[in-house]
Amino acid sequence: MTSGFPDLWDTRSFGRSLDAAFNAVVANWGPTLEMIFMPLLRLLTGIERGLQFLPWWVVVGMFCAFTYAVSRQWRPVIAVAALLVTLGLLGVWNDAMATIALMLAATLISVALGMPTGIAMSRSDRVRRAMLPVLDIMQTMPIFVYLIPFVMLFGPGKIPALLATIVFAIPPVIRLTDLGIRQVDAEILEAARSFGASPRQQLWTVQVPLAMPTIMAGINQTTMMALSMVVIASMIGAGGLGYQVLQGIQRLEVSRGLIAGLGIVVLAITFDRIAQSYGRRVQANLHREKA
Amino acid sequence: MMASPVKIRVEGVSKVFGREPAAALAKVRAGMDKAQLLEETGHVLGLYDITLDIRAGEIFVIMGLSGCGKSTLIRHFNRLIEPTDGRILFDGEDILTYDTARLQAFRRRRVAMVFQRFALLPHKTVIENVAYGLTLDGVERASAMARAADQITLVGLAGFEDSYPAQLSGGMQQRVGLARALATDADVLLMDEAFSALDPLIRHDMQLQLKDLQGRLGKTIVFITHDLDEALLLGDHIAILKDGTLRQSGTGADILAHPADDYVARFVRDVNRGRILLCGAFAEAGLIPAADAPVIPAETTLEAAFAIFAGGAPAVAIRGRDGKITGGLTPRRVMEALARE
Repeated sequence: MTSGFPDLWDTRSFGRSLDAAFNAVVANWGPTLEMIFMPLLRLLTGIERGLQFLPWWVVVGMFCAFTYAVSRQWRPVIAVAALLVTLGLLGVWNDAMATIALMLAATLISVALGMPTGIAMSRSDRVRRAMLPVLDIMQTMPIFVYLIPFVMLFGPGKIPALLATIVFAIPPVIRLTDLGIRQVDAEILEAARSFGASPRQQLWTVQVPLAMPTIMAGINQTTMMALSMVVIASMIGAGGLGYQVLQGIQRLEVSRGLIAGLGIVVLAITFDRIAQSYGRRVQANLHREKA
Repeated sequence: MMASPVKIRVEGVSKVFGREPAAALAKVRAGMDKAQLLEETGHVLGLYDITLDIRAGEIFVIMGLSGCGKSTLIRHFNRLIEPTDGRILFDGEDILTYDTARLQAFRRRRVAMVFQRFALLPHKTVIENVAYGLTLDGVERASAMARAADQITLVGLAGFEDSYPAQLSGGMQQRVGLARALATDADVLLMDEAFSALDPLIRHDMQLQLKDLQGRLGKTIVFITHDLDEALLLGDHIAILKDGTLRQSGTGADILAHPADDYVARFVRDVNRGRILLCGAFAEAGLIPAADAPVIPAETTLEAAFAIFAGGAPAVAIRGRDGKITGGLTPRRVMEALARE
């Protein structure tokens, strides 16, 4: 066989042994891992069933109440209500609820894991140096590559879809938590120290509150990335709007793909509105002008 | 006036910034100067061999131009910066021996700081900001709020408790900073260029308010400034720093009358000496004025004596602290004092 580059080492056997090792992990640990990740599946299906079981107007009401709670303004509430009704009118309500469930579960877990990681990075340059290349790889590696091991471990279904979505969506919340905390005004932090704040008190009374607008921008990006993952995740059985897009491709039905695609766009706008209105309120609290 | 006990004693404190501060300090001790140290080793000499006594209940001003190390020095008093060498005694106790928990307790109860750019928490209201030190110390919320409200009234901000810092003017924000420092009931206040960011009129108001507060509360105040007039107005004692070394310390009048070196002399040249120098220092012991000559206390400023000479008196009698006449002062002598280079 001719090759442009000399075979300095045997990549084939390296690949084979890697595959064999991973197969062994799958054979020995597969069921155990499935047990471990069972609670995630329960969380996801719980959210999905709940959203699909409740009458549509209750769901719309819940979203509106949440939007008002985070923004204290009526305009985003009206926008959110109109967008959700649009989803119903497009005839993709149930699929949209499944997608929202996947996205919410992925975002919740990303924030729960990502904020502490970002905080750890902000406190130690060593942790930061170790994490940055990992985050770069997570963001640049084609997403399909994650799908292979996850599908092998769990089989096609919701858990691998959820895990792949988390891996893809978590970097922004980690990066921006780290950035937000590092950008906190050093003099304010020094003031907190001078009054005897312990590291924990510094974190919760100064660093996290002042970094909140930046952290929220990260959570917003994470949400959007989770949403952009739904089409790909549907290939391994996540269902939802992405599955409709996939079927549109398989059956060459332009309408099906287009409507489901519009549904995804509407969802993206909805969550962006909610996140931005919250971000504006946090920002306004930090930089209140003279009344 | 009786000398009050020493509150803070700084003994041979040096600070070098860099990777190997101890080794760099050894080079300085061996005679290397600041510029050479930076060039050859990349270390910055912040402070060199500073020794000072700060007495209880006084306003002690540390002054110098930017980069002289004054902000570095004040941060040693609550260990925001750790010295490379030397000791810092607080009521006779070396605070450098404190572990983390004791240092936290020390910062919460015994020393409080006011910052140049206020450093208020923008997401908390005025009263929450003032109560901040107390909440860190675990003081129960209701009593922390009550104590904070008292301090807000004391600094003249009653009615603004629920405003946010950004809604207030600079002068008002610094009053919040002052109230926050007073709220913890610490007996030492560290003020790092606290009034430098304010415009001149507000600054003068704040200076007078600080003097008034100190008279009532008897705090020990360490005040950093680059403004000589501010130093002379506020300071019971003044220390002048240059390039991380202490050039002179003493009362304002001492420093004006007897500058220790050229740098200090140039520094104080443009000051209105009449407002600072005291008559007592220039009384001639041999000159006994007429019995009907006006009598003024030794701590009267030369400027205040002008008014009396303007009334036509050829000489005034100076009365010392013990009530005895120590000598006389003539207009000619006053002119000489003011004319001295």
